[in-house]
Amino acid sequence: MKNLMRAFLSVLFVCLILIVVINRLNTVAGFSGGNTLTVFNWGDYIDEELIDLFEEETGITIVYETFDSNEAMMTKIQQGGTTYDVAVPSEYMVEKMVEEDLLIELDHSKLPNMQYMDERFMDLPFDQGNTYSVPYFWGTVGIIFNPTLLPEGEVISGWNDLWDPALENQILLIDGAREIIGMGLNSLGYSLNDTDPQHLQQALAKLKELTPNVKAIVGDENKMLMANNEAAIAVGWSGDAADIMWENEAIDYVVPEEGSNLWFDNFVIPKTARNVDAAHVFINFLMDPEVAAQNTEYVSYSTPNKEALKYMPEDMVHDERFYPEPELTERLEVYENLGQRNLAHYNELFLQFKMH
Amino acid sequence: MENKLSRNLFMIPYALWIILFVVSPILLVVYFSFFDIEGNFSFINYKNFFTPVYMQMTFSSFWYAFLITVLSLLVAYPTAYLVTRTKHKHLWLLLIIVPSWINLLLKAYAFIGIFGTYGAANSFLEFIGIGSRQLLFTDFSFVFVAVYIFIPFMILPIFNALDNLNPSFVYAAKDLGASKWVTFRRIILPLTMDGIKAGCQVVFIPALSLFMLTRLIAGNQVITLGTAIEQHFLVTQDWGMGSTIAVFLIFIMFIIIGLTGFRKRGA
Amino acid sequence: MNNFEGFTLEWYRELFHDTRLLIIVLNTLVIALLSALIATIIGVLGAISIGNYKKRHSQNALLAVNNVLIVSPDVIIGASFLILFTMAGIQLGFYSVLLSHIAFSIPIVVLMVLPKLLEMSPTLIDAARDLGASRWDVLTKVILPYISPGIVAGFFMALTYSLDDFAVTFFVTGNGFSTLSVEIYSLARRGISLNINALSTIMFLVTIMMVIIYYYLTQRSGTKGVGFRR
Repeated sequence: MKNLMRAFLSVLFVCLILIVVINRLNTVAGFSGGNTLTVFNWGDYIDEELIDLFEEETGITIVYETFDSNEAMMTKIQQGGTTYDVAVPSEYMVEKMVEEDLLIELDHSKLPNMQYMDERFMDLPFDQGNTYSVPYFWGTVGIIFNPTLLPEGEVISGWNDLWDPALENQILLIDGAREIIGMGLNSLGYSLNDTDPQHLQQALAKLKELTPNVKAIVGDENKMLMANNEAAIAVGWSGDAADIMWENEAIDYVVPEEGSNLWFDNFVIPKTARNVDAAHVFINFLMDPEVAAQNTEYVSYSTPNKEALKYMPEDMVHDERFYPEPELTERLEVYENLGQRNLAHYNELFLQFKMH
Repeated sequence: MENKLSRNLFMIPYALWIILFVVSPILLVVYFSFFDIEGNFSFINYKNFFTPVYMQMTFSSFWYAFLITVLSLLVAYPTAYLVTRTKHKHLWLLLIIVPSWINLLLKAYAFIGIFGTYGAANSFLEFIGIGSRQLLFTDFSFVFVAVYIFIPFMILPIFNALDNLNPSFVYAAKDLGASKWVTFRRIILPLTMDGIKAGCQVVFIPALSLFMLTRLIAGNQVITLGTAIEQHFLVTQDWGMGSTIAVFLIFIMFIIIGLTGFRKRGA
Repeated sequence: MNNFEGFTLEWYRELFHDTRLLIIVLNTLVIALLSALIATIIGVLGAISIGNYKKRHSQNALLAVNNVLIVSPDVIIGASFLILFTMAGIQLGFYSVLLSHIAFSIPIVVLMVLPKLLEMSPTLIDAARDLGASRWDVLTKVILPYISPGIVAGFFMALTYSLDDFAVTFFVTGNGFSTLSVEIYSLARRGISLNINALSTIMFLVTIMMVIIYYYLTQRSGTKGVGFRR
């Protein structure tokens, strides 16, 4: 009994010491207490040097946490008990979060750097007047491919090229219901926001024909897989394409001619925010043209900040693949919030597709 | 009287645990299964579950779980048998079981590297002249990794059953002129049946609900009931549908336990 | 992964400079130790109270309830606990993870302790009572010392269960709280970095060490059989 008691007490003691150490580390690193700001962003979506710079300039400590899907992010915020000060949802999710009353209105007087933003990307249907959000990055969904791994003479210019039987087992798809069902719809000439059950069934039928060519349906791993020449083609986001090109020079990217998705990731301040002032300071900081330019060079998605383009390398700004001409952007569609029921239907179809 | 009282006092924390973490989660899952995605009371989830889509998913989950269980049994039984015959059997057993102490995720990631186009497995195939082929993101790799992960769980109960087997039965059979095969079939197998059952239970139920491997190793091309639950809870936020599948899984679980008996893992 | 160039300790150094990762490692340890400790206490009490039922079938009924969480798939435990914590309004983070780990460790402790308790001859207790021992004395001087190998085994099993868990933690964590398993998952989702390999090695060594301690303790006390985790 004595030994048992001693053992238990010593375990308890070790726990106490560890907790004290964790608390010390947390305060030393500034993760708790004091003037902190909790940022909830996509993985690998900011130049970390800028976080250090921000902390130095303002004395605000940043707690940085990441998510890998809009839905997962919203679940965590909706579930409550979280204290995120800034989050970065995509446009359709902004609409949904506004609907669910999860966001607070932005104070434009605290965001003077908004003047540098390109008007093309402001005041969009999903958040008119930018009441709740300002764009962080934008981009497209397209086809990332490695010409050296393609069969001789194969040219990729649109979605329908992917159905070529010669591409057996070569395609990585992104694990997103809207992206993949949208690809099916686009390839048939329908809108990305189509909710007609018949059109959706057609899209699913068409996607099922693609199955022999699909190697896997993955998340962020596609970057690593493409960089290592594991597959010839990946359907994914433009920024990922740029990232992969960085590691593997053979890689190319194309925005499909049939049309595709134009998306925006936006800063919002959730209702759960504790440090609303600091959140504004942070958002404004990242809209500073020079900061935005540095961040864009690191993240390699397209920036909506017009002034920032001046601070960026010429070849980057003039790369049609990432800053397409207005004629092309017109063919692209922004996701609309389709409502819970339709979204569930999309997910259901996607699940069916995966099962094949 | 005093005995009763103290017994009840001891019982309090444990009973609280049963009520809070065993009974109420199950009740909550059942409760949530009656709500559709918009939060209205309905039976739509159950209706959906009995559509071909989910039936097919259930069927394929069962098929994979069955395959994984049978394959692990086929590997585990002879291994366990050999281990009981060795001199330092507990040491050997420990060595076999040590891999199960490594975090599941680490093992999964190791396999991504091994099965990659330029990984060790393909270099080996190249070396022996078969040539490299697609290994990662196939049903094969999924079943292989799952079997690898579950084998120790299958070995342990079988080992214990074989270890507890009274050898005089075997000697007696031999003395009475039974061949090796007859001895195995009529004596050893029936006497270790409990171990086999326990092992199958320990493998089959988790195999039915694997969700991380389907994603990492099978590239989302194998969808099990577990994957569907995870998707509904964490991605589509359709807790109702997720709960419905969970209710169904719990139901299956009780049936299997009924068939194989309540036994602790690796007892 | 494929560009092996030579051996270096660089990754380990980097690992220890990463405060966030260090905090996560310590979090994992605290959760494991604390949950194992609490689960052991509750589990021992539970085993004693189950053992107190003299009727075979009420014992079995209780054991059946006890085993539900052991045989349940992780996904179901995670999902149902997520609902539970959301309903109860408990913040996702340290406490939700701790509570879950305690919850799924209790039945294992019970299973490790109960056989010891049942093999104990009841005459031992009767003898102690006859010699004038109070109930408390019987518990602390007779029962607990007798079942202590089971208690130790249960504690270590709970510890390893907790260290290894991914699925349940994945469901119920939040607010920046993360354990190693979950962190490895999100790190590796972004492509395998050698950093993870260093981390894995450390984790592996820690678990091996625990196995050895556990094996040593059980061997010394003569408990038969080796427990293991899911």
